[in-house]
Amino acid sequence: MSQAATLDHTLGVEPAESPLTPESWGKLGMWVFLAGDAMSFGALLAGYGALRYASADWPVPSHVLGIQLTAFMTFLLICSSVTMVKGLAAIQNGDQAGLRRFLLLTILGGVTFLGMQAFEWTHLIERGMGLSGNPFGASLFSTTFFCLTGFHGCHVFGGVVYLSCILVQASRGRYSPTNYNAVEIAALYWHFVDLVWILVFTFVYLI
Amino acid sequence: MAVAHEQPNYMGVFWWLLALTILEIAVIYAPIAHFVIAILLIGMALTKATLVALYYMHLKFEKRTLGLIALTPLLLCVFLVFALTPDLSAVLHQSPKTEAPAEDAHH
Repeated sequence: MSQAATLDHTLGVEPAESPLTPESWGKLGMWVFLAGDAMSFGALLAGYGALRYASADWPVPSHVLGIQLTAFMTFLLICSSVTMVKGLAAIQNGDQAGLRRFLLLTILGGVTFLGMQAFEWTHLIERGMGLSGNPFGASLFSTTFFCLTGFHGCHVFGGVVYLSCILVQASRGRYSPTNYNAVEIAALYWHFVDLVWILVFTFVYLI
Repeated sequence: MAVAHEQPNYMGVFWWLLALTILEIAVIYAPIAHFVIAILLIGMALTKATLVALYYMHLKFEKRTLGLIALTPLLLCVFLVFALTPDLSAVLHQSPKTEAPAEDAHH
């Protein structure tokens, strides 16, 4: 402990924010990455809003898109967020089997989400929706829809791959109550994917 | 940077998220003005996003630095929306008379 810190402690002064530790570098790095990624999604959503606001023949999304299906997809992602925090809590308590079980459930949630999105896209493409136009109104409706949901889908796919790598490491017994930083960082990414979908679901499907 | 804290009530947050999602679906079929529906939906979505960030991403228990990092994109996005407003106003107030000469010029 430095001399200044010792002096602060003896005087009863609240010490300044502790310096970064090797364990927290990864978490800080992930937060900075997520902030950048949030700006990408923010720009896409703002662009979507601007184009929609300026369009005279924008279709009502709930009349064209399957709200029930996507509501279930939202429920699925929320459930996968719960299994992710449960997995983190499990390893914090030293439950290795619990971590593996909850990670597997989270991955399954992500894979099911992707499967349902593929089903939704196939159905919409069969109804004439494409990147360059659609039979329901403004051509940019389908362009922005595929760009936004596709960009998010890529993130879900990345998350599934990421969590699969964590699961492999967990199966090798790499994590413990004193070494779970990688799980916590992966969980941050997965919750971010869930958070973004909450916004995409509202702006693209419901409003 | 990791802060020792009690585990939040994860299932409690889950039930809130589920209830808000069901409410969102109900609101779009409610016989009220579209503007009011949009305001309600945005409010509920932001509440859900905040719940995820605070409790699942543990932002509530982290140092202030991480909170500031998380808030930065939100502020920039609000700024972006305001920056786009003049362009939108210009598009909306474009009259057919101002468009016609431009089309003629191409021909």
